Amino acid sequence: MRHVAKLVAASAFAALMTAPVLAQTPKDAIVMAKQIDDIISLDPAEAFEFSGVEVGANVYDKLMGVDLKNNNALVGELAQSWTVSPDNLTYTFKLRPGVKFHSGNALTAADVVYSFQRAVTLNKSPGFILAQFGFSKDNVLEKVKATDDATLVVTVSKPFAPTFFLNCLTSGVASIVDSKLVKANEKDGDFGNAWLKLNSAGSGAYKVRAYRPNEQYALDANEAWYKGAPKNKRVIVRHVAEPASQRLLLEKGDVDIARNLSKDQLAAVKSNANVEIVQGDKGYILYLGLNQKNPNLAKPEVREALKYLVDYDSIERNIVEGTYKGHESFLPKGFLGAITDKPYKFDPAKAKELLAKAGLPNGFTVTMDTRSVNPITDIAQAVQSTWAQAGIKLELIPGDGKQTLTKYRARTHDIYIGQWGPDYLDPHTNAETFAINEDNGEEAKSKTLAWRNAWDIPAMTKVTQAAVLESSAEKRKAEYEGLQREHQKVSPFVIMFQQVEVSADRKGISGWAIGPSSDTNFYAPIVKN
Amino acid sequence: MFGLLLVTFLIARVIPIDPVLAVVGDNARPDVYEKARLDLGLDKPLWQQFVIYIGKVFTGNLGTSVLTAQAVTEDIKRVFPATLELATLGTMIGVSLGIPLGVLAAVYQGRWPDQVARVIGLFGYSIPVFWLGLMGLLLFYAKLGWVGGPGRIGVAWQDFVTPVTGVLLIDAAMQGEWEAFWDGFSHLILPSAVLGLYSLAYVSRMTRSFMITELQQQYVIAARVKGMSEARVIWRHALRNAFVPLVTVIALSYAHLLEGSVLTETIFAWPGLGRYITNALLNADMNAVLGGTLVIGAVFIGVNLFSDILGRLVDPRTR
Repeated sequence: MRHVAKLVAASAFAALMTAPVLAQTPKDAIVMAKQIDDIISLDPAEAFEFSGVEVGANVYDKLMGVDLKNNNALVGELAQSWTVSPDNLTYTFKLRPGVKFHSGNALTAADVVYSFQRAVTLNKSPGFILAQFGFSKDNVLEKVKATDDATLVVTVSKPFAPTFFLNCLTSGVASIVDSKLVKANEKDGDFGNAWLKLNSAGSGAYKVRAYRPNEQYALDANEAWYKGAPKNKRVIVRHVAEPASQRLLLEKGDVDIARNLSKDQLAAVKSNANVEIVQGDKGYILYLGLNQKNPNLAKPEVREALKYLVDYDSIERNIVEGTYKGHESFLPKGFLGAITDKPYKFDPAKAKELLAKAGLPNGFTVTMDTRSVNPITDIAQAVQSTWAQAGIKLELIPGDGKQTLTKYRARTHDIYIGQWGPDYLDPHTNAETFAINEDNGEEAKSKTLAWRNAWDIPAMTKVTQAAVLESSAEKRKAEYEGLQREHQKVSPFVIMFQQVEVSADRKGISGWAIGPSSDTNFYAPIVKN
Repeated sequence: MFGLLLVTFLIARVIPIDPVLAVVGDNARPDVYEKARLDLGLDKPLWQQFVIYIGKVFTGNLGTSVLTAQAVTEDIKRVFPATLELATLGTMIGVSLGIPLGVLAAVYQGRWPDQVARVIGLFGYSIPVFWLGLMGLLLFYAKLGWVGGPGRIGVAWQDFVTPVTGVLLIDAAMQGEWEAFWDGFSHLILPSAVLGLYSLAYVSRMTRSFMITELQQQYVIAARVKGMSEARVIWRHALRNAFVPLVTVIALSYAHLLEGSVLTETIFAWPGLGRYITNALLNADMNAVLGGTLVIGAVFIGVNLFSDILGRLVDPRTR
């Protein structure tokens, strides 16, 4: 018996004696808790997920950037100036002098050529953003040329709108890598891809110090950055999958910023005097896709009726408050040509009228593939209950994300509820997917969202394709505005919300702003007092 | 082992999830998608894919994980020690408290120590681990500040310890980084205790029933008749005999913890095996899933073998 007592006492003592932990983050370092398990690569030619792109935005520089304070207007970054030939086919960029990579190598036009060459040749997920201008691995060295160390001449295949080309140069895939350093790490002609997955070779605000997949990444400030040294010395981003754990870490002061708090946790931390909330509009659009292969959904009156049957306000208030806001057009706020029209309100009477006109006065039965995550499930259930008011019986088919997506891509769904994020900061990215369907056949080459919903739109496809060749920015803007208003009326997309990214930080943190895309979440201005 | 691989492989290929999506994402162009599909070898017939995979496994190549872009063997080398550390301390806590508790419960069968042991056992079995973990964090980390928060080590001590074995505490001790050691320990103790409670519940219940059987044996009566002290009878004689089957119980419970506890690892932001495999499975990262399953199979076989050997050492009759 005495032995037992001793043992218990010893164990209890050991547990109690654990040194109290200093709840404080290092002075010059910013520590974030974030879900970073989406990263598959840090190589800017490959990264296409939120977290990977965000790392790239802080590590690499690009020719062009956007001014977040001035409605995302285009500004030159590594490009000090540029000219466009009258036929809109040739661009000449003058590079900013004196920029150096982290390695100390000077950044020259040859690095730009190499960066574009590797992005186009590797042709990973984001590769098309450059390839759509007619670059391929066989012609890229003719189309992108360095005439001297500071001059770059680029020839595109069609007279694209200059805003379109320049907007695409602001995306992560157009990042400039240190060609000497990357070449030294090439293996079997992989353009250094294997090495760059885990390391960095940039000129940007930070250098990757260490990256451990699914665990954390640490970035060291680049004191010699051409825009001036970052306001902090180091940024450490830890993978914390569970939002509740993120909240505890934040409230305890073990992290400075928590990036993935859920709606309930945000409400809870609001009352904490040591925590502040930062918000930013994100480009994500939450919508329903109505498959036109379903004969009921193919009726124009039914499509319109369903748009009147979503209680947008109630969902925003009760389910997604603070994380999504009402938005009914395919271009998110912050994009050229975005509109804020919200023609649809919850109106069951009007919907019933339309259904009767379609010959379905008693409604019909239809299924919806629903990813089993919040808030998707909750929104789907809210939609289910309001549709029932018009006699439409909506059956929800729950599934894992990749599972519902596989079905959606094969066009075997009735209705899909999901999100769409723009690939780059130009209206064409969403216009293309929501309003172009070149070939509605099963073996189509281009499988846009319009294709996935079997929406055959030869006329609208032409209009959308023309908008990307409009050289006047003003006219181009007007074209997208008109296109969206038409799209709202006729499309099989019930566009409901735009995402708002929310992050919570400790009091004393300032300068942290959330940009419109992961490409624009910059760490350099963050200060800790 | 082969059967395990075959079943996992088939499940992985039969589920209606397109593994190419994990590589290229939803927005990929058709040519990029097609290239990735060919790279994964998904154009070949199923049996051919399996033969190729097995061939690679025999040469020690488990393929590359899509999610981490690293060789699966590298990934496992990184995540397994984290789980090992957690499971080992958890088992140590469970055994060191569970055996005495079980013995007490058996000796005082039906009286209050038995009831206490029963309640503790009930807690260990029935409280969901994510609730226990969060409550533990709330109390010991957020309110009292006795232990470290989620994560393996505090940010301040990050990179102080160079991974050699991968087991943080051993590495820190070997390199003489004692402050990092204590910081790591403070992060480790709570998740281990949560796992330990589960192990404790199991071990104490089993100890109790083995001991009750032993205490009714004639050699116990004989020992008492010879005038031996009660403590000696219980701890030296009865427990010694109950220990033989207990070794198997402990080994099983240890092997179970080594599989990695998904929920515990998620709540404590612990970069371990359980979370690695689950995450891979949800993202159709099949090489990682297969590699992880293979490791778990090997661990199970290894631990069982070890418990057999240990059983022989403890039990003189089998020598």
